[in-house]
Amino acid sequence: MPFNVINNPEVFERVRRLQIPFNRYGLDRYGISQEHLANVFTVFRPFYERYFSVECYGLEHVPGQGRGMLVGNHSGGIPVDGAMLLSALFFDKEPPRLVHGMVDKFANRWPIVSQWFSRMGQFTGLPEHAVRLLKDDRLLMVFPEGAEGTAKLFKDRYKLLDFGTGFMRLALKSDSPIIPFAFIGGEEAMPVMFRLEKLGNLLGAPYVPVPPHLLPIPLPVHCEFHFGEPMNFEGDGTESDETIQEYIDQVRTRIEALIEKGRRHWRKRIGRGDRERAIEGSTNDTAEEDE
Amino acid sequence: MKVLITGISGKLGRTVAEMLVASGHDVLGIDRRPWPDAPEGVEMFSADIRKRPAEDVFRTHRPDAVIHMATVTHFTSSTEERYRINLRGTRAVFDHCHNYGVSRAIFVGRHTVYGAASDAPLYYTEDEPPLAVSTFPELADMVAADLFAGSALWRYPEMDTCVLRLCYTLGPSRRGTLASYLAGPRVPTVMGFDPLYQFIHDRDAARAICRAMEEDLRGVYNVAGPQPVPLSLLIEVTGRTNIPLPESLVKHALGRFGFPDLPEGAVPHLKYPVVVDDEAFRQKTGFEPKFDEVKAMEAFRWAA
Repeated sequence: MPFNVINNPEVFERVRRLQIPFNRYGLDRYGISQEHLANVFTVFRPFYERYFSVECYGLEHVPGQGRGMLVGNHSGGIPVDGAMLLSALFFDKEPPRLVHGMVDKFANRWPIVSQWFSRMGQFTGLPEHAVRLLKDDRLLMVFPEGAEGTAKLFKDRYKLLDFGTGFMRLALKSDSPIIPFAFIGGEEAMPVMFRLEKLGNLLGAPYVPVPPHLLPIPLPVHCEFHFGEPMNFEGDGTESDETIQEYIDQVRTRIEALIEKGRRHWRKRIGRGDRERAIEGSTNDTAEEDE
Repeated sequence: MKVLITGISGKLGRTVAEMLVASGHDVLGIDRRPWPDAPEGVEMFSADIRKRPAEDVFRTHRPDAVIHMATVTHFTSSTEERYRINLRGTRAVFDHCHNYGVSRAIFVGRHTVYGAASDAPLYYTEDEPPLAVSTFPELADMVAADLFAGSALWRYPEMDTCVLRLCYTLGPSRRGTLASYLAGPRVPTVMGFDPLYQFIHDRDAARAICRAMEEDLRGVYNVAGPQPVPLSLLIEVTGRTNIPLPESLVKHALGRFGFPDLPEGAVPHLKYPVVVDDEAFRQKTGFEPKFDEVKAMEAFRWAA
């Protein structure tokens, strides 16, 4: 393998404990590789434990086995929420679970990124992939705001955009519980002032986010996950748009409540929102004050 | 049962013929190429499937079942030749099947008809459209032949037609599309991409075809072997050297420096997987491959 990081034995032990049928080469039927997972989680670990000092609340709501859909808010800029959610379920869930992301189409066209995402079980966001993985009792990560969700500017932080309807129909079709969650801290780690769309197009991405510190690198801000109780909906995915929208509104309300609870907790945790105000000042933000 | 195999002299055709003879069937074979040491129980006819002598075989011998394997790839044939054999040949065979009372017809197609693309699903089911037609012009004739064979299901409802979309074969014969790609000591790949490859051992492929015939299968089915493996591992285990090239150089390098002569349309197949879901075939026939991925790769590597 080209980028063989010396992986941590503790991390590898956790990879071994994933409930995934690996063959003798450490590969499963989707091409997920134990070696790649161990390397990636070895790299993620210091970010998860120290750089973002991620804390999880309500992790017991995520099923220990069987299918499920983790549905939450997308943070702006570089989506550290995805990597941190993968890490949370890997490092803090017992036994560890692998989360499958539904990746935007452009990522699979990039060399190296395409290869690593494939080996880590992060597949292109197609309904075929979602249904297949759920029916195989895997855990899916869904950001129903879509890529638009990462394009949020700092002044719009934690405001949920419109949810797509696809995820709800897939959950019904595959009879999967939805576990709502809120990710707090991601917006402050990567406050987006504006987006460079032309440069993005040049790179094959939708845009390049620009934070006040100019480099598209997230800041070391404390982050938190708040998971809610699993939600089960009745149906088979062929329901009318009104019914689906009603279900989605329920999920949305739960996520909004989790975000609110999470942000209160987060502000206390980092000390009366000093950090948040500091960032606010530097972006000349005119958005309304919270609380 | 009397079984006619077109393209019998190919490696896969011979193996299928031998297996059918061993289980007590009478086998007739049509091919332009000879099979000098054909076993007893196999009656050979040297003919072109599109020509009159082939039709004579149908008329005078009246086979019960036909396994149509007389198709060619870009590795061996020109565009014109491919269209003549794959498309016109398939048409002729199905017409003869209908006209001369054949009760079951099996078309052995390829899983590559689904095509490789960045936004394609990892496991193709039979209801996915064969997209290779848009990305890989050298496969358009196979896509057309596949769909044409499938149309016999409604055109000739009295006949049990079965279209098999068989994944790459790999094994001691060292024949087939994947074997041609892996033929040299150095195998070109696209830097930064490592798609999954799905293959089945030569003998398992032949067994699957025999099962489809014996189970009287009707419809379109994906046929696959063991779990797919990344291309890098396939190259390593078959004892080749992986030469990753930047994508812009790959198409210029193909056919030179001892690299296989692949058309440009094949490049996506070096970047993205073509992996099929064979659940339906396994459920209908109870088929299980006997050779796992390691045995298939090693059989290919160490073949004399």
